[in-house]
Amino acid sequence: MIARITGRLFASGRGLALPESSAPGEVLAQASELVVRLGGREVLAGVSVAARAGEVLALVGPNGAGKSTLLAALAADLAADEGDVRICGRAAAQWPARELALRRAVLPQAAALSFPFPVEDVVRMGRAPWAGTALEDDDDRAVREAMDATEVTEFAGRPFSALSGGERARVALARVLAQRAPLLLLDEPTAALDLRHQELVLRVCRDRAAAGDAVVVVLHDLGLAAAYADRVAVLRGGALAAEGAPGDVFTGELLSEVYRQPVEVFPHPRTGAPLVTPVRG
Amino acid sequence: MTVLTKAADSGRTDVRPPARKARRRGTTASLTAGLTAALVLLCLLSAGIGAYDIPLGDVLGSVQHRIGLGGGALDRVAESVLWNVRLPRVTLALLVGGSLGCAGALMQGVFGNPLAEPGVIGISAGAAVGAVASIALGLSFFGNWTVTVCAFAAGLATVLLVYALSRNGGRTEVVTLILTGIAVNAFAGALIGLCIFFADNAQVTQITFWQLGSLAGATWPKVLAVLPCAVAGLAVAPLYARKLDLLALGERPARHLGVDVERLRLVLVLVVALLTAAAVAVAGIITFVGLLVPHLLRMAAGPGHRFLVPGSALGGAVVLVGADLAARTVAAPAELPLGVLTALFGSPFFFWLLRRTRRRQGGWA
Repeated sequence: MIARITGRLFASGRGLALPESSAPGEVLAQASELVVRLGGREVLAGVSVAARAGEVLALVGPNGAGKSTLLAALAADLAADEGDVRICGRAAAQWPARELALRRAVLPQAAALSFPFPVEDVVRMGRAPWAGTALEDDDDRAVREAMDATEVTEFAGRPFSALSGGERARVALARVLAQRAPLLLLDEPTAALDLRHQELVLRVCRDRAAAGDAVVVVLHDLGLAAAYADRVAVLRGGALAAEGAPGDVFTGELLSEVYRQPVEVFPHPRTGAPLVTPVRG
Repeated sequence: MTVLTKAADSGRTDVRPPARKARRRGTTASLTAGLTAALVLLCLLSAGIGAYDIPLGDVLGSVQHRIGLGGGALDRVAESVLWNVRLPRVTLALLVGGSLGCAGALMQGVFGNPLAEPGVIGISAGAAVGAVASIALGLSFFGNWTVTVCAFAAGLATVLLVYALSRNGGRTEVVTLILTGIAVNAFAGALIGLCIFFADNAQVTQITFWQLGSLAGATWPKVLAVLPCAVAGLAVAPLYARKLDLLALGERPARHLGVDVERLRLVLVLVVALLTAAAVAVAGIITFVGLLVPHLLRMAAGPGHRFLVPGSALGGAVVLVGADLAARTVAAPAELPLGVLTALFGSPFFFWLLRRTRRRQGGWA
């Protein structure tokens, strides 16, 4: 009894159900007929998507289409008004915060920090859910690998507040990677990044998917989505306009209509991957 | 392959991050040692210096005697001054200072804003209403402890009220919390004004001195009245240090890392209420300790709460024991109000901090 109380006090990880490894293709997060209302407005009007292990799913669409809301619902940040969200086979609302943190990691759109922690400490915060579990010993390794993957090792000792926007975004991503959750939800991870680091981040997404994780990423750059995503979900006005492999979904007609802007899609002369550009001039 | 990477990994861990970590640990260790040494020295000085001087050796001897480690009793007067006047006062300064410093560090962590202070959310003002009302209404149902008990009850009620008012849909927005605190502060100010309006002259004098903040009336019963609250608060606070670190990322990211943010907030607000209300109840309103001590320590040792929370308790104790020693010796035989002294030195420092932050990062968000 006393041991249980002290265990709870010190947030011991013993007794926590650790995530099991998932087979490729297994659904790790699923929204079914999801309706979310914010401030009286229906932001999501019956959306169904699934994030599968081993896949990168890109959420694309114009501003205000509900991409971030959908991501927040998959992260169990927002409750479903109708329909439901399941994460690793259980209703999102039923997961205790700590056990959910072992299963899904979330990169928010803006990386903020109220106190000037050094970069390495920020990345290490991603290991917090594992404290007291058998996998706590991996902490140093997970932190180092995450920092190497996002190329932030060189400023490990600098305070977070002294970094540029792009550097902060990469540090935030490193923290999310260090969490080593099988479900990765990334909200515009490339927004503040230069060309090289945009590619780097999406390669990291691919690597994680190859390692068996489910990756859901909100993107504005359709070219990146076409090049790196296994599947794309195109959102428009809170509903799903199309879903499938980028090669099937990205057509001039659909994108022109969804974005209300003439768009052409043509194959890359060398690789054949779809290239998306607005019609200009 | 795995063996290779592992070997390479361990080789690199040994070189890079630990060097930095060791340096930080060195800073916190030397800060802890320095603060502890300063605290012991100030306590001994404070016990010896005053209208009736007791040499340092005698103080040590008498303490040794009482705890049964040799030494010897002093003459009757000295023994009485030391044990009935000085030591309760030093102990009270320790507890009040520790409580204020620790409460400040917790509050800043909870708000994610280095400017937050227990006074901000209205606990100090609420506790003051309880104390002032008990004086003005001439209540005496708990004998000497009446003021203490009323201040504590009112402070706790205030913080629960603020928390209940600022909650919306299971969440607490920081801005709402602070604005609610402002409204509560204004309301408490009005209530205190009303009490003073209805009080007679003697009561008004008593209220005014209480509001200025002082440890002059320290007795062992008063120490005992604060001890349980302060010790409970100080013991619980460090358990939440790691979660406070995560809260610096923001509420949602903290939740993503497995922190039950609502519960954390509730527990910490209660701990802060316990610490501040206890301090305010016996010593009146003593400002700036809760604001400046955590700030200075954050500059010196970084923002990690595992050191900051206990360190601020230690630092607050040092500041308050020192300030109390100064308050009663600088203008001897008269005694400066402690709250006036801390505000006198605290506010210019705060201005400096404000300008420095504005120059460096354009102000606090």
